[in-house]
Amino acid sequence: MADYTLKIRRFDPESGEPAYWVDYGVELPPERSVLDGILQIKDREDASLAIRCSCRAAICGSCGVRINGKSALACNTRIGDAAERSRNGSITIEPMGNMPVVKDLITDMEAVHWKKVRRVVPWLLPAEDPPENSEYIVPAEAMLDVTQAMACIHCGVCVSACLSLEVDPEFIGPAALAKAYRFVGDPRDGEHEGRLRDLAADPHGIYDCTHCFACVEVCPKDVAPMDQIMRLRRRATGDHEIKDDNNGYGHEKAFVSLVEKYGTLHEAQLLPRSFGQGSLVRGQTEPGAVKQLVESLPTALRGLKSGKVSPKKALIHPKLPDQKQVRRIFKEIESKDERLELNLYIVGENAGDEEGAMAEGSGET
Amino acid sequence: MPQHDVLVIGAGLAGQRAALAAAEGGASVGIISKVHPVRSHSNAAQGGINAALDPQDTWESHAFDTVKGSDYLGDQDAIEIMCREAPEELLELEHWGVTFHRNEEGRLGKRAFGGASAARTYYVADITGQAILHVLYEQLMKHEEVYRYEEWFTTALVQDDDGRIAGAVTRNIRDGAMELFSARAVILASGGNGQIYDPTTNALICTGDGIAMAYRVGAPLMDMEMIQYHPTTLAGLGLLITEGARGEGAHLYNAEGERFMEKYAPNKMELASRDVVSRAEQTEINEGRGFPDGTVALDVTVVPRKRIHEALREIVNVGRDFAGVDITREPIHIKPGNHYVMGGVRTDIDGQTPIPGLYAAGECACVSVHGGNRLGANSLLDTLVFGRRSGAHAAQAIRGLPQPEPSKARLGDEAGMIEEIVRRERTGRRVSEVKAELGETMDKYVAVFRDQDGLNTALEIVRRLKEEAHSVAVDDKGTVFNQDVLGALELQFMLDNAECIVVSAIERRESRGAQYRTDFPERNDDEWLKHINVAANGAEVPEVSFSEVTMTQWEPEERTY
Repeated sequence: MADYTLKIRRFDPESGEPAYWVDYGVELPPERSVLDGILQIKDREDASLAIRCSCRAAICGSCGVRINGKSALACNTRIGDAAERSRNGSITIEPMGNMPVVKDLITDMEAVHWKKVRRVVPWLLPAEDPPENSEYIVPAEAMLDVTQAMACIHCGVCVSACLSLEVDPEFIGPAALAKAYRFVGDPRDGEHEGRLRDLAADPHGIYDCTHCFACVEVCPKDVAPMDQIMRLRRRATGDHEIKDDNNGYGHEKAFVSLVEKYGTLHEAQLLPRSFGQGSLVRGQTEPGAVKQLVESLPTALRGLKSGKVSPKKALIHPKLPDQKQVRRIFKEIESKDERLELNLYIVGENAGDEEGAMAEGSGET
Repeated sequence: MPQHDVLVIGAGLAGQRAALAAAEGGASVGIISKVHPVRSHSNAAQGGINAALDPQDTWESHAFDTVKGSDYLGDQDAIEIMCREAPEELLELEHWGVTFHRNEEGRLGKRAFGGASAARTYYVADITGQAILHVLYEQLMKHEEVYRYEEWFTTALVQDDDGRIAGAVTRNIRDGAMELFSARAVILASGGNGQIYDPTTNALICTGDGIAMAYRVGAPLMDMEMIQYHPTTLAGLGLLITEGARGEGAHLYNAEGERFMEKYAPNKMELASRDVVSRAEQTEINEGRGFPDGTVALDVTVVPRKRIHEALREIVNVGRDFAGVDITREPIHIKPGNHYVMGGVRTDIDGQTPIPGLYAAGECACVSVHGGNRLGANSLLDTLVFGRRSGAHAAQAIRGLPQPEPSKARLGDEAGMIEEIVRRERTGRRVSEVKAELGETMDKYVAVFRDQDGLNTALEIVRRLKEEAHSVAVDDKGTVFNQDVLGALELQFMLDNAECIVVSAIERRESRGAQYRTDFPERNDDEWLKHINVAANGAEVPEVSFSEVTMTQWEPEERTY
């Protein structure tokens, strides 16, 4: 048993008062959860403290909150760990971010998360009528692949942590896009291309993700929403060559070809190439691309002014000394018939470690 | 006043399946749930769903296993229907998009499960319930004509003067507004009551609301003494480790390193029926061959790692997050824990209760397909088959019936009752204190092994707690998300459930299925091959009666595994 202090942000919508912080003391063994701490407060001290919770086992997805500023499920965060990571020993608990607060730790999931889920046409649109007296015959790997997205419990923790959503509240967001992959990756669905065109064309769609990994880091179910978004992008560009108005296609092409050529990103060329569907020439000659380039001038000038961009850096970009090795990686990957995917249901959690160990040549055998 | 042809209360698998079937049958449907539908406890069903889909398998074999598993207390007509319709139901789910595991040919793959003579459990890794629940919710979002009342709490069922169901009184949790619903049929799909036990695998929402509400309007409850203890739950927290682990080959050991199931079920070993395995474990523990924390060990390390990753990922997480154990490398300590109520609101094969217009499906119902003991992976099947049958039947049955006008007085009664609780001065105990004593009592006296003295003690305590529940006070005086006052209502529901369970367990003076009486250790078919029914009938204490077990083709035999 140990004593912990939970500093909880409370909000009573009926009081007319703003949110306020209250410190509560709880007594629990360190391996018990933050949710157990909150329930102890409700049981012993103040049952008006509101939090959605049900299963206590990270299955129902009810108890998403922010613990010491980090989005997580209260039920699968150990209270001892949370105390160690807290500043001055008191564990701060707030409602999730990017969503309106209804009361105490309860947010309005419907107004944000579920609205976005409905945006992605979240049901199967079968390619053909179901076979009579039989299941659809599909590859075992394909079902395992979408199972990672199916493992999403819609807790909203990734929505809470998403940096893109903070900037653009209209962003469809990590959880809903992972849900979209559940259909795009499902061989039984007949609208893969239509779904991808829709999500690529939407300015708040798959190209609105800034690749920051926040959702991957916080997801309690290892759904890795950003990975699912990247899969959507790869299918949109690689499989269907969808050229969208958001220059997502061009940006991806430009990014990849620049890294292949230089080993690191040549930022000055990224913009014109993105507008030119990956080509520097088209980016500087096609009227539409030139117009976009001119429109983005103020951004570039701001970069110059703040010192983030210098004329020298913009014009000259050195190759990595071992550029050949980068090329080799490209060649290796492109020579494979199948796209390489990291899926926890297929390779398990230690796959990354093992690969890393192998690369270093020190792996156990 | 919201009006629907069919009002479904509860939005887990049974409720959502009923709503979809009623909508397909042309009814206007409302579905109410005290939590968002995907938070429902059907999520927790990890292992899979049984169906004799393989041409090598037969529905008769599935039905016999179920009858035997039920210790011959299951109604065989209902079991036949469930097992016959299982393959079709499974395929319907697959066609809707459930991402079932495939074999190398791309066809549905299956795993072994307890008490079954063939491998017939179809699954999505170990998140089968969650995957099906989410796919049903996809279909529900698609059906715009099904109106969803998410986070609404039902406080009471309402009947008309002739006793026919007319609707329900509810509270919108979001703003505290009380609302009277008019419905030509009501389908209860509100789940089980595991929260009356502590520990339990059940979620905090499993408080037996629907069972208690039906009981209060006079619907008989059946087989309530039959409470399943799951063989593999984490000590202390009570969290579930799927039977799929044993289905994939995991072993059970006592503290002396013996694979003790050899003594109790030499043929099926770890895959005997749940009541058999739980009793074996509890015997080992009681006789001093358990670990000091009152557990035995489940060894998953014998399962190949690749299989663990693709088929048992969730319990890897549960072991890591909630017990600090890497189950791929070391055994995990487990014990029997409260898991499921076989009993519930008595229904016929179409989900109809004896109250006209009232249906029940899923864990809150008792058809009875599980009898004395439910087989693993038959609960998902039960929810889906009888959810669908209830919805379809209700959509037909309401044709031509007038839209009822439930009495506004009932709305006033319920609103007044809640206001009274909110206003109450604190003189008695806290809701949490009463609940904790209830949980401890049930787990102590109404568990794997029972006897007359213990059950009498439990009944005394439950009756005292019922009194105390009338004086609990709440801290929250508001209207928005007042979970506190809902907790006080749930406490009363739980106590009604508990009383019915204990009364039924006292009544059954034999050992059958999950009811093991140390003072009556044998099964006694001559006197007790019958269902125990309890009903309120206006009485202060439950009134007990009996009903026949329906037999079709299987006579009771000795039950060995």
